[in-house]
Amino acid sequence: MTVALFLEQILNGLQLGVMLFLMAAGLTLIFGVMGLINLAHGSLFMVGGFVCAAVAAWTGSFWIGLAASLAAAAALGALVEITVIRRLYDRDHLDQVLATFALVLMFSEGTRFVFGSFPLYLDPPAFLSGPVTLPGGLPYPAYRLAIIIAGLAVAAGLGLLISRTRLGMQIRAGEADREMIAALGVDIRFLYTVVFALGAALAGFAGALIGAIQSVQIGMGEPVLILAFVVIVIGGIGSIRGALVAALIVGLVDTLGRFLLPTLLAGVMEASAARGVGSAIASMLIYLLMAVVLVFKPKGLFPANA
Amino acid sequence: MPEFVTEHRLNILLALILLGGPLVAHYADEPFLVTLATRATILALAGVGLNIALGLGGLVSFGHAAFFGLGGYAVGILASHHQNYEPLMTSPFVINGTNQMLVLWLVAIIVSGLAALVIGALSLRTSGVYFIMITLAFAQMIYYFAISWPAYGGEDGLSIYVRNAFPGVNTLRPLDFFLLCYAVLIVVLIAQWKMTGARFGIALQAVRQNEGRVAALGLSPYKIRLAAFVISGMVTGLAGALYADLNRFVSPSMMSWHLSGEIMVFIILGGVARLFGPVVGACLFVLFEHAFGSVTEHWQFFLGAALLAVVLFARGGFIGLVAGRVRHD
Repeated sequence: MTVALFLEQILNGLQLGVMLFLMAAGLTLIFGVMGLINLAHGSLFMVGGFVCAAVAAWTGSFWIGLAASLAAAAALGALVEITVIRRLYDRDHLDQVLATFALVLMFSEGTRFVFGSFPLYLDPPAFLSGPVTLPGGLPYPAYRLAIIIAGLAVAAGLGLLISRTRLGMQIRAGEADREMIAALGVDIRFLYTVVFALGAALAGFAGALIGAIQSVQIGMGEPVLILAFVVIVIGGIGSIRGALVAALIVGLVDTLGRFLLPTLLAGVMEASAARGVGSAIASMLIYLLMAVVLVFKPKGLFPANA
Repeated sequence: MPEFVTEHRLNILLALILLGGPLVAHYADEPFLVTLATRATILALAGVGLNIALGLGGLVSFGHAAFFGLGGYAVGILASHHQNYEPLMTSPFVINGTNQMLVLWLVAIIVSGLAALVIGALSLRTSGVYFIMITLAFAQMIYYFAISWPAYGGEDGLSIYVRNAFPGVNTLRPLDFFLLCYAVLIVVLIAQWKMTGARFGIALQAVRQNEGRVAALGLSPYKIRLAAFVISGMVTGLAGALYADLNRFVSPSMMSWHLSGEIMVFIILGGVARLFGPVVGACLFVLFEHAFGSVTEHWQFFLGAALLAVVLFARGGFIGLVAGRVRHD
């Protein structure tokens, strides 16, 4: 049974990994193209979760909720970009951090004002609500499997968008030299809004998908945001490929660490102490991983523009 | 240097206001306002610590709540051992808990300084946006460790039943404790003022302005930054120690990233790299929280809006508005 349990934890790790990728991809795109550090990205994740839960409860359809959350997050992202973020591109990182921190406070309280302090609940669509049986006889929640597949599909789609389309070409050019593509006649302001809205939509999508696993509540985006920061530091800021690899590594290390460490430590100390120490160390594991990566590769595993 | 004179006089005026307000409140029999001022004083000290790294050194640390929390936990843990008459460790030698603030402060400074040394040594290998994210991540690591480590209360935190003692001061009286915190703040501010004009302070500001030239002069920018980061962490850790005694309670929320952000907010509200910037900022913050918090439970929304307005339109903060721009930048 332990092999099956191990396999289940690997799948859980992958699921966390693809979620982190959806968040990290937007952050790393926004940093790569506009040079902006955006703390409010976690708020867009939260908004995605809330809109999906509210619309799904109102219409009775998860899919309409999911579509609404994508649209709402993208629209909100565009709105925030036009009203606030646009003024921050020429500022130093301190101003960007503080302004987007202010946005976090406003979004959190605004959401509390609209939806109240109680968490919302969101059910996955009916045909994904049961378990599926994986090869080897292991039952696994179909919805979590669907998240992994959806996340990998989005990753592939994003890769195609950036490497094969005209918009992707402009994004890559914007990362390399923004003055030059502006001089070549690309509407750089519009491009920035599109990139920001795209990142926001990815975050909202992730929030909506996660909303059916956890409860939808104020502040749900913040732990994910900080994990996404760890991901892009490990992967290399500005690199989508780095974000994917690092997200999967972080997801697996975190999930397997929490699963394995208490068991491993139980071999050398008594069970209750092993659980305490194991969970404490497991919660630090990905940060230690980040520290190790920094010592050997200060610019991350896949430095952009290298 | 007329502007410098203005800022200098303004600083003295601000120091007197912060001292006078609670004195008036005390004699008007408003102990709550004294406690509020104590809170502002301690938060100001945390901001003064960050200002050494951020204002003078240009190091945008988003993880200073970790040092604040570590300072607090140093006090909480030693005080809890003192309360329970259990030694902290028995082998190879016995370490007992204590309720003496002077010892507790020293331990808090050492613990937060060591943490700043490790975090700084790793984080300062990078710069810019990496540095922001990495300091945030390390603070979050300590935060999660505090939550999941069950020995000292975990997520529930740790209570200090009786405020710790300071020789010759009755720390249980709100005004006495305020004056103690105020004295610490003033001593640290004078030390920072002296440091800014001393060789180390000048070198630190030079590193912020032009790293290459400092290196060409034969100084190591990395070592200067690391020293500043450690001093900065120590001061914020000392503030955490005082905060633990103010609330008689420590919990992981002292290390949350919201607090790191708020410490940064103090500095921007008051004025970056201004000696009294964090003091003004922390006082404005506490007043804002008190004024709006009693009107609406959604006061954080208005805090966010005010902060956004300051960042977008009022660069230089309060001291920048009143005393004009810094002479050189």
